[in-house]
Amino acid sequence: MKITKDEVIHVARLSRLHIDERATEKFAGQIGTILEYVDKLNQVDTEGVTPTSHAIFLTNAFREDEEKEHLERDMALANAPEKEDGSFVVPKII
Amino acid sequence: MEFESVIGLEVHAQLKTRTKIFCNCSTAFGAPPNTHTCPVCLGMPGVLPVLNKKVVEYAIRMAIATNCTIARESRFARKNYFYPDLPKGYQISQYELPIAEFGYIDIEQNGNKKRIGITRIHIEEDAGKLTHDPNRPVSMVDFNRTGVPLIEIVSEPDIRSPEEAGAYLRHLHSVVRYLDICDGNMEEGSFRCDANVSVMLKGSETFGTRAELKNLNSFKHVEKAIYFETERQKDIVLDGGEVIQETRLWDPAKSVTTSIRTKEDAHDYRYFPDPDLLPLVVDDDWVDRVKATLPELPDARMKRFVREFSLPPYDAGVLTSSREIADYFEDCLKVFPEPKQVSNWVMGSLLGLLNAEGKSIEDSPIPAHDLGALLKLMDEDVINGRMAKTVFEKMAQTGKTPKTIIKEDGLVQVTDASAIEAIVSEVLARSPKEIEDYKNGKTRVIGFFVGQVMKATKGKANPKIVNEILKDKLSC
Repeated sequence: MKITKDEVIHVARLSRLHIDERATEKFAGQIGTILEYVDKLNQVDTEGVTPTSHAIFLTNAFREDEEKEHLERDMALANAPEKEDGSFVVPKII
Repeated sequence: MEFESVIGLEVHAQLKTRTKIFCNCSTAFGAPPNTHTCPVCLGMPGVLPVLNKKVVEYAIRMAIATNCTIARESRFARKNYFYPDLPKGYQISQYELPIAEFGYIDIEQNGNKKRIGITRIHIEEDAGKLTHDPNRPVSMVDFNRTGVPLIEIVSEPDIRSPEEAGAYLRHLHSVVRYLDICDGNMEEGSFRCDANVSVMLKGSETFGTRAELKNLNSFKHVEKAIYFETERQKDIVLDGGEVIQETRLWDPAKSVTTSIRTKEDAHDYRYFPDPDLLPLVVDDDWVDRVKATLPELPDARMKRFVREFSLPPYDAGVLTSSREIADYFEDCLKVFPEPKQVSNWVMGSLLGLLNAEGKSIEDSPIPAHDLGALLKLMDEDVINGRMAKTVFEKMAQTGKTPKTIIKEDGLVQVTDASAIEAIVSEVLARSPKEIEDYKNGKTRVIGFFVGQVMKATKGKANPKIVNEILKDKLSC
């Protein structure tokens, strides 16, 4: 097994996903298969090759420090399930 | 058992750009909630962040000023976590390849110099602001601050006391202000500090387990919180206990730190390179161009003050502690080029006044050229030192120029020897006993006579002339 049930539960928690016992087992199997597949890349000899972080060979895309129009506040808040006095309202988390 | 504290600081400085790091929204503080946002900083799907060039320039300035090695190529990474102030579910930061590493700054305390290493400086975006409702279990979210550019400056664990931490932080603060890349306002949160604190037995080679302190929003609180925390950890060790790795919140009202998160609940950030942002390449040419625009930094300015103005190092240190104070001092000198006298007045009267009123020098009620003019009038014997103090206070209250105040209040010094002589004779005539004392060798009663003459002239007599006439009259 590439990934344990505990690891699946941990990842689900980090992603704020609720999954039940049965799904945990199923996902452990499926994720394991995916990881095994990706592991095939390890067979390639990468000695002396710089790690890739981007698929295109470009660098330095910049923007000048100039102010442009903002979104109307009503637009910014349009998708908010709850709003009040121009703010998003969320359950208290401290 | 003797202990040693081991401290490392993480400082977040908000950069003074006009717009956010990855979009064209304003960074201005204090706007109504959610009026400085756009699809990029709200984290809408499908948007593309584009790096603000000024942010890179400011980070390069800081890297040069702190003697860092600037990475030719650095990268942006996503730091993943869920919190209501983070609309995308990740913060764009730098992780494996920050823009600068391996720097240092030198601090000085009671004449002792010490070098504090800087591990790294990286660029990242700020999160939004949460306001907790006092009565209901809800919080209000304002995304105006989301995407405001920050640099994080991480020190090596080279700091050994709360005072050293304070000195290091003040130095960094003064550097960002000199560089004009951050306004340094700790109350508004544009200059923030977290501290990693542990204790070990003196002489030990291994550090103890550390606690991370948060909510340190003034220099004083940084020092107090670190002091409290080291004492707390020492007590644990002395009681045979073990310090645990955790995040602790400083409570300024109670002067204690309390645990908010232990290692078990530590975040698992799953950093990975942000595919939306290209690698950042800073070549030597760019670094050289930025270097050419750097202002004189605090250390260099302090040395110049000692060399050029023959000031004691202490004076030079106080005067260059902020760019604004140093500018003020040099502006005074343009009017009255006597460095030590100007230094005494700026450090004593002016900073004293500002401290008492809780003002910074930019809000000084007395402009630099007016203070220079006042000292010049004193030097030219138009007024004496005592009158200068009075005029200084009036200047602070009214904002008027010294000349205006002197004219309005008829404060011109009496230098007419015959007028002073008449008053001296009068004072002597009604003080036979004191004259007797003086003749019997109690020469310090001269102070009494000077006081009487000053009283009679409402402090306007030239003290030098008064002294001369008195001595002359008493010796016969």
